This record gives sequence, C-alpha cells and structure tokens, in this order.
Amino acid sequence: MSTMIGARRRRLSGPHIRRILVGYLFILPSLSVLALFVVWPIIQTIWMSFNNVDFLNQSSAWVGADNYRQLASDSRFWNALRNTAFYTLGVVPIGLALSLLAALALAEPLRGRSLFRAAFFLPVVSSFAVVAIVWQFLLNQDIGILAYWSRILGLPSAAWLNSTVWALPAVIIVGIWKGLGFNMVILLAGLMGISDTYYEAASIDGAGAFTRFFQITLPMLRPTALFVLVMAIIGSFQVFDQVYVMTRGGPLFSTETIVTYMYHQGFELYQMGYASAIAVVLFVILLVVTFFQLRFLRYNDVD
Amino acid sequence: MSTKMRVAQPAVSPGSTASHARTRARKRRLVGHILLYLGVAIASLVMIFPFIWMLLTSLKPESEVVRYPPQIWPHVWTLVSYANIWSRVPFARFFLNTVIFAGGVTCISLFLDSLTAYAVARLRFPGRDAIFLGILALLMVPFQVTLVPLFNLIFQFGWLNTYAGLIVPRATNAFGIFMLRQFFITVPTELDEAARMDGANEFTIYWRIILPLSKSALATLAVFHFMYNWNDFLWPLIITTSTDMETLPAGLALFMGQHVIEYSLLCAGAALALAPLIIAFFAAQRYFVQGITLGAVKE
Repeated sequence: MSTMIGARRRRLSGPHIRRILVGYLFILPSLSVLALFVVWPIIQTIWMSFNNVDFLNQSSAWVGADNYRQLASDSRFWNALRNTAFYTLGVVPIGLALSLLAALALAEPLRGRSLFRAAFFLPVVSSFAVVAIVWQFLLNQDIGILAYWSRILGLPSAAWLNSTVWALPAVIIVGIWKGLGFNMVILLAGLMGISDTYYEAASIDGAGAFTRFFQITLPMLRPTALFVLVMAIIGSFQVFDQVYVMTRGGPLFSTETIVTYMYHQGFELYQMGYASAIAVVLFVILLVVTFFQLRFLRYNDVD
Repeated sequence: MSTKMRVAQPAVSPGSTASHARTRARKRRLVGHILLYLGVAIASLVMIFPFIWMLLTSLKPESEVVRYPPQIWPHVWTLVSYANIWSRVPFARFFLNTVIFAGGVTCISLFLDSLTAYAVARLRFPGRDAIFLGILALLMVPFQVTLVPLFNLIFQFGWLNTYAGLIVPRATNAFGIFMLRQFFITVPTELDEAARMDGANEFTIYWRIILPLSKSALATLAVFHFMYNWNDFLWPLIITTSTDMETLPAGLALFMGQHVIEYSLLCAGAALALAPLIIAFFAAQRYFVQGITLGAVKE
C-alpha cells in the first residue's frame, strides 16, 4: 500500500497532475451539492438534536441529551412510534402478499396483460398527495361512496376517517393500494429472471403447481423478495403524504406517525432541536433495519 | 401454453377413458384460466376505481356530488369544474411551478449526475473509490433526516419561496450517480482510447461518445427524476409558504379544506395534476418500469 503511494508520488508529473485535476473537476459540482445539502445537514441534525434551537433568532443553546430524555417520556412520540409500527405491520405483510399474488397472476400469458399491469402500476406514478385527496373524498362519511358502501355492508364503521379506531386501517389500505404496483413490478422482473429449465425439469419429475411454487419459485425469488421487503419497511417508516392529506394525524393523534410528528414539531412549532432528535431516532431505526437485512438475511449470497 | 386454449372441444369417442381424462384436464385448465382472468380483471378495476371516481366526480355538477346516497355515474355531465379550477385555485401557477421545479431538477441533475458518474466510472485519480463509496453510503440516509437543517439552511440563504431553494438542493442525486455509473462501466473503453489518440479531451469524450451511447440509461433516469419531483409533497410543502410558489401536490392538498370544499373542483384539479404523468407513463412505460426495477434485480 505504502509503496504504491510512493510510486504514485514519484510519478507526479505534469500529465499526472492534469489527470487528477480533470477527475476532480468532473465530480466537483456534484460533490459540492452533496456536501452542502446532504452531508452537512446530516451532521447538523445530530448536532441540533443536542441543542435547543431558536429558529426565529437563529441561535441555539446546548442542552445535552435533554431532547432525547424528553422524547423518552413524551407519550405523543410513543404514540407516533406505535402508529408507525402498526402501519408497517399492516402495509408490509399484506402489501407484499398481494403484490406477489398480482405478480404471479400477471406473469401468466393472459390476453391484455400489459393493460392489467398498467392498471396496477397507475397508483405508483401518481402523486400520493393528490390521490390522497380523492381517497379522503371516497371515505368521507357524508358523501363518500366507500363510506356509503361500508354502511350498506354493515361494516363496523362507515366513518373511517372520523374514527380513532378505523382511521389508521384506512390509511393502511391506501398505503397498500399505492405501493402494490411498485412491488409487483420488481417481483415480476424477478419471476421473469427464473429460467424455464427449472420448471421443465420439475414437470418431467412430475411436480405439481404447488410443489413448483414452493420448491422453485419462492427460493429463486428470495433475493428479489428480500429487496422488496426491506424497501417496503424503510418506505413505510417514512409514511407522511397520505396521513397529512387525509387525516393530519387525527382524529385525536390516532394516525400520527414519526414523520408527521417530526413535521409538527419542526415546522409548525419550530422546535427544531426536538424535531432533529426525532429525525435521529428515525435514522437509527432505519439503520437497524438495514443492518438486520445485511447481517441476517444475506440477500446477496443467494444467486 | 394457455394462449392455445380452445373453447370448442374436439369430439370425444365414448368409452375412451384416456381422452376423457384429457378433456377433463383441459376443462379444468380452462376454468382455472377464466377464474384467473376474472380475478385479475376485478383486481384491476379495484386498483383504478379511485381514478374512475375522480374522473366521474370532476364531470358532475357540485349539487350532484353532495347528494345522498352517492352515485357513481353522473346524471348531468358538465365541464364546469374544469373551467372554474383556474380561477378558484391558482392552478396555472401551480402547474407552472411544478413544471419548472420537476423540469429544472431533471435537467440539472442529469447533467451533474452524469459528470460524476463518468469520472468515477472511467477516469483514474486518487480518492476516486473512496468518494464513490461515500456517495453509496448517502443512499442509506432517508431524506427526512436532513429536512430540519436543510430548511434552516435554505432560510439562511434567503431561498424560501424561490425556485433556487426548491431546485438547487436537488441538483444532484446519489441514486442517479450510482445508476449511471453502473451503466457507464459497461461501455467498451476502445472508443475513448481511439478518441484520446485523436487528441480529444475528457469532456469531449464524455459529451460526444459516452452520453450518446447512454441514451436509454439517461432517459430512464430522466423519467425517474421527473416523476419523483413532480409528485413530491413534503419538500415543496416546507420550502414554499406562499401560494404563488406552491407546486401541484402541495398546493392542491393545502387548498383542500382550507379554501375549497367542492369535491368536483378538487377532482378536476387532481385529474389535471395527474394527467401529464399518466400520459407520460403510457408513452414511456418501458422507461418507468426500467427505472424502478433497476438495481433491484441483478441481470
């Protein structure tokens, strides 16, 4: 290693310096943007979380771990954390199961298949905030048609978004609907990547559809499915758009999530130190999820 | 296999159990196929139902929207909501802001991402690999984590409610760099070496050789950047506080409930806000799907 550096240093001739200069010139614009608008804010978030930040006077006072201590005893924060976990537990397993089902069905050579795929994908290309307006209307207890149908069907609640019990499930349903096509497309690409020869060999051995699914499709799909799983978990911990539009975290904080609470503290109350502490907690949770994925699920070594 | 299914079954000679079994198997496959088809069709209908509802509501007069029980099909068809949205909501302004924001980010980011991707994929200089690893590490940082200080920074720059404030922090993107780098390393080096022999400098090679050869990757990334920013909600919500600078998702969501409660109007706005991307999606379906599956599935 050191001899390599030494060798390089000896070759610091004109053309060599030029090459270094050219290389850095190419990356300079991007690096400055990333340094200023990503790396610096990350450092700032951590620093601010140990401060009491007065946004209007642009001053801050060091308070040590006070923000974290306050968080630990903030029942509204724990409520947000619980809601986010509940949302994740609803969206991820159900969403992935439905996505897999959709991918399997749309991998079949059906007529008009690309049209069906487009239908599943439509929510993915739509703005979540904009379609949430429509969902809010659909579930409106006075004039929404889904609320009306819920009443006809005798479901426990027709006033989905006005109920502290049913607002979060409604948000979960919308989350599943929005993410289904995204997961489906990735799983579909994974399914297409499984070589037909495996299925042919299994058919010759007399394996039925059931066996083929559990012995070939699922194991071969494992890397793709784990990728989708991790992305889905990370995405659902960041849930914000449809909650903000449909319920604003209500009624009675029953749909408040980590990011909506962070938004409330940071951008409505201007408690930026406290909001930063919430951001750091979110970051740590997601790092643990990512670490868990890399360490235990080893999605790279199945090929 | 199932495309070869036939509805008309060939005549079966009685007594032949083998052909009986075959007919039964074929019948079962046909039934399975029909059930699958039905299931997929119903599921697709469920998926697009909110869009249908949005479209039909936007074509109803408001008096019909508030009628109970709610009806799917309009009695009276009217375009009045599409006419009124422009005056009731600063819709043209929202639209323009969204085009400038999403279009600006896409153009600038495509240029800066590709410059960096070119350098880390095809140039050799000390520190290159460490820098690339650093960029990869940034992919793991969720955007929300940077939000509070980022807002503070934009405030200090005096960039709140400006296009610069919206666009500049998004002028490059770690995912874009990563994606283009993965593509650039697959382009054979013989071409640049030949060009270098002819005295071309690195920028010429990047601009005249690598970029034209990477059109599909660039188009995919462009679609991705454009879609992401067109639809983004939280970032414009925070950076813009004046109605004049709002983008479509944030603007419409804020108008809902506060100023406008007519749902036919909101549905017309929503339909107009979603239309460009949905049209773009059907035009460039391949790129959308490529952009999303990229990196997820190994070749």
